[in-house]
Amino acid sequence: MSISIEEIKKPENRIYGKPSLLTDNVMHYCPGCSHGTVHKLVAEVIEEMGIQDKTVGICPVGCSVFAYNYIDIDWQEAAHGRAPALATATKRLCPDKYVFTYQGDGDLASIGTAEIIHACGRGENIVVIFINNGIYGMTGGQMAPTTLIGMKTSTTPYGRDPKLNGFPLVIADMIAHLDGTAYITRQSVHTAPAARKAKNAIRKAFEYSQKGIGLSFVEIVSTCNSGWKLSPVDANRWMVENMFKKYPIGDIKDVLNGK
Amino acid sequence: MAEKILMKGNEAIAISAIRNGVDGYFGYPITPQSEVMETLMKEKPWETTGMVVLQAESETSSINMIYGGASCGKKVMTSSSSPGISLMCEGISYIAGAELPCVVVDVMRGGPGLGTIQPSQSDYNQIVKGGGHGDYHNIVLAPASAQDMYDFVDWGFDLAFKYRTPVVILADGIIGQMMEKVEMHPMKPRRTDAEILEAAPWSTTGKPAGRERNIITSLSLDADIQERFNRKLKGKYEIIEENEVKFSEYMTEDAEYVFVAFGCSSRICEAVVDELRAEGIKAGLLRPITLYPFPFKEIERLSKQVKSMMSIELNLGQMVHDVRLAVNGTCPVGFYGRQGGNIYTPEEIVAEFKKFNGLA
Amino acid sequence: MAFKGAIEVDTQKCKGCSVCIANCPTGSIRLSDMVNSKGYHYAEMTGEGCIGCSNCAVVCPDSVITVYRVKI
Repeated sequence: MSISIEEIKKPENRIYGKPSLLTDNVMHYCPGCSHGTVHKLVAEVIEEMGIQDKTVGICPVGCSVFAYNYIDIDWQEAAHGRAPALATATKRLCPDKYVFTYQGDGDLASIGTAEIIHACGRGENIVVIFINNGIYGMTGGQMAPTTLIGMKTSTTPYGRDPKLNGFPLVIADMIAHLDGTAYITRQSVHTAPAARKAKNAIRKAFEYSQKGIGLSFVEIVSTCNSGWKLSPVDANRWMVENMFKKYPIGDIKDVLNGK
Repeated sequence: MAEKILMKGNEAIAISAIRNGVDGYFGYPITPQSEVMETLMKEKPWETTGMVVLQAESETSSINMIYGGASCGKKVMTSSSSPGISLMCEGISYIAGAELPCVVVDVMRGGPGLGTIQPSQSDYNQIVKGGGHGDYHNIVLAPASAQDMYDFVDWGFDLAFKYRTPVVILADGIIGQMMEKVEMHPMKPRRTDAEILEAAPWSTTGKPAGRERNIITSLSLDADIQERFNRKLKGKYEIIEENEVKFSEYMTEDAEYVFVAFGCSSRICEAVVDELRAEGIKAGLLRPITLYPFPFKEIERLSKQVKSMMSIELNLGQMVHDVRLAVNGTCPVGFYGRQGGNIYTPEEIVAEFKKFNGLA
Repeated sequence: MAFKGAIEVDTQKCKGCSVCIANCPTGSIRLSDMVNSKGYHYAEMTGEGCIGCSNCAVVCPDSVITVYRVKI
């Protein structure tokens, strides 16, 4: 059967496109940045669950500070690292709402360690989306707590040296030990199957947050091709070869499934 | 007649919060104000009014919980003392920048640094002039009794929501720890969701179909937009300065000498005025009840009738600068203060007053 | 069952990152020789090989790809 491209491109044949909860604003992210993909997955989950009117997002300081420009929900823009504190109060004061933070590794794993650890410790019924690309993007590519040993950044120009800069912080594994966490998983979005799994994880986290069983944490191992000084495609490859060794993909904890 | 109960100033804050429909309290222990959260935890308001009470991991976190709670249009408050307030100043700046309402109680102790745990008024500059970064003001209320502590919570929330701005109740260790009879006003219920939507249509509690998304932020990268916002804040502060100044006067009508003092110092200065009057010296007292907005006009008016004025503060001289601004050279302005948690006696102030005015 | 697909790219919003190209199982996407108003070479479909799997659109950080598919 022969069918022309123009015939295929009819509205009734449309099977995938920009979710309606993503605004028409052009994202300020660099080409190939994982943030855009994760934003889309979060928007799809909220849309599919039909919870736009019950969802409050808390965005961080860092590249995703402007997340509120892209997903069409109510947002609070936190001070650097403090998103889990805002989310704690929001969820406790409005327990029927879905409350999530969206934080990078500088925000969550450096300046905001106290807030994230204690939100986990208290078992706040919130979702945390953690973008880990091992670098500060917004400020120009400085070392993050999650920067790999040997990795070059603008403040480790000769590579991260543990004698000088210490060792990477593996937050997801750290918080897995806390009784207040319900679901902890590490995902990526560099391929379509990976992104689909990440979306399922985000959906599960949102669902768990209404069960009163504690905090759900979805780490997305991500790229920063500008900071890493690689093309987007090469950055994805470098991430698989290097980041995944330190930050392996998969579920770390799932209290409803015996893990 | 309304019920009167003997309680500490700090306890009055807690009881008032419950009775005035406050939605949430988030705090961190620090002397001399720990009774606020202790009282709330003992009263268990979540079982009666539904008020949320949470002990946070730090003052930094507490104030950011306030930021989150206020973003939902809720009546939320925290309390701390000087070193803890320093930590909160970052968050207060964000709250001012995001134009959110909240009430913060500072039960001041001696500083700088860890300082002492005894009473002080040395956070005047920090709280009245700002504290955090950027161009902003807190509305600052200065209680002088346990009753004030009780009453100022509700007044504070009225102002906070009227102007979408942080309100600080600037108390001190004496007012916080002192026990006095407090009159209980009738209970106010917490606001319903519908009432919150009406009072705070900007709140972030989920975007229904048919309205734009609400965004609470203090960020704008565009210089012109930020400047417009700064000028909008200025306009708001001008309205506050025009309408919300509150002070009380004691024996100022025929006074030749006027003391200016706030909080616990104003209580002590009343005794000073009585002593001087008994000696035939026409002394009076002006007590600023709002420190921001400051009663510049009233002090300026009094400065034209008196021989001198004197600012009495438990610090090295902070409010005295505002008094001098108001007086603007019309009469001499003296200062006497004690520091470190020491408190002046009326006799001590009388002696300093006479020395300053050459009456000894 | 076999599928035939097609993609439509919002060429003005595409940043030419090429992540879609790396994820296309049939080699049906390339960067255009043309540039958009921002100066990016944007993604475009090439040839008749598209099976409408959506992989390109799922990984697209800027959500500029719409996917169409028919059974054949």
